[in-house]
Amino acid sequence: MLNRLTRFFASRWGIILTGAVIGVIAPLLQKLGNPKNMGICVACFERDIAGALGLHRAALVQYIRPEIIGFVLGATLAALLFGEFKARAGSAPIVRFLLGVLAMIGAMAFLGCPWRANLRLAGGDLTAIFGLLGLVAGIAIGVWFLRKGYNLGRAQKTYPAVGWIMPVLMIGLLLLLIFRPQFSEGGPIFFSESGPGSLHAPLLISLAAGLLIGFLAQRSRFCTVGAVRDVILMRDTHLISGVGALLVTAFVMNLVLGQFHLGMTAQPVAHSSNLWNFLGMTLAGLAYTLAGGCPGRQLFLSGEGDGDAGLFVLGMIVGAGIAHNFTLAAKPDALSDGVLTVGGLNAYGMTAVLLGLVVTLVIGFTMREKKA
Amino acid sequence: MTVQVDARGLSCPQPVILAVEAVQKGEFPIEVLVDTVTSRENVSRMARSKGLKIEIEDLGGEFKLTLSK
Repeated sequence: MLNRLTRFFASRWGIILTGAVIGVIAPLLQKLGNPKNMGICVACFERDIAGALGLHRAALVQYIRPEIIGFVLGATLAALLFGEFKARAGSAPIVRFLLGVLAMIGAMAFLGCPWRANLRLAGGDLTAIFGLLGLVAGIAIGVWFLRKGYNLGRAQKTYPAVGWIMPVLMIGLLLLLIFRPQFSEGGPIFFSESGPGSLHAPLLISLAAGLLIGFLAQRSRFCTVGAVRDVILMRDTHLISGVGALLVTAFVMNLVLGQFHLGMTAQPVAHSSNLWNFLGMTLAGLAYTLAGGCPGRQLFLSGEGDGDAGLFVLGMIVGAGIAHNFTLAAKPDALSDGVLTVGGLNAYGMTAVLLGLVVTLVIGFTMREKKA
Repeated sequence: MTVQVDARGLSCPQPVILAVEAVQKGEFPIEVLVDTVTSRENVSRMARSKGLKIEIEDLGGEFKLTLSK
């Protein structure tokens, strides 16, 4: 039975099912309270967690998102059930942490991860196209490095306890979410009273959705960055059929739920400085590719015992703190009395994206094995 | 002479890249060692797409994939 399920999830129908389930659940979570065009966003939700912990003080984006907890723990459950939980670590950990930080700075310039880029497009936000083009550009640069021998080296099998660090950390976050302790007056844990951080579906529904997606994605190896990478690298359309399923089902769901609003400006939690939508996602796409997978995939891997993926996730959470503390994150477009104020990056944000690109390029150029 | 590819401990997509490079050299059989089910699936999918025969041996936490024409 388990073998048959493993074969199914390794098949094209397995990956399509996973993408379709995400495409159905994300718009439903939005209907049930999550922010607009943000039914699920790995980068934004990790940013909200960083805010809840006080790693940044942007009052509008602070909440411990149960979906993220569910992604990791759902993957842990699947890995345990199918005998794939395997503690491993030690493949250039500090580089993976740094790539996580840089990926988040890029994601915060666009305001979303690759999942949300697709979900924004499925909700009618045409600025997402620039983000997706940037993502493809970043992945293409990453593939070029892979072809030139880029490699962060081998991970080693290690003590099982190492593999449990991320799942246990997630259980800790869940306890903080449930009991909502306040550690000092005016201190964490913070929960937004307005803005995107205050918008959320009921806890148990979000957690269940996360667990289901985490379980399915661990089995099918769903990865939005691997999808594009495999097409460019070896014309393999396996993973991208899952992303296609996500986009199509989310589009249909948004139409059905009345959540589709076509437009180029003032879209929910998005800006129309499209050059920076493009460049932000180029940076993120390159960082994801050099780290081996999209931010969702890194969560699932961290749930099945991959300590290096766990460090990438922690890098993203710290990166969110940096992005907001140093005002590097983009401001969304604002519409007030019919007057549009175009959002985007300030000079610090633009500098950070460009510097981030330089650093990721240095990583790509310098961390290559000599080819015989 | 069997070609050996040790892809243990390498993260996505390195195992497939190494296996493809070996396939392109054209010497068979090729033995690819991997240590995750994901890598086993990815290398198998690549081999099938290239019309190669594939045998998989479970070495207890690791897998030996033998690719041949």
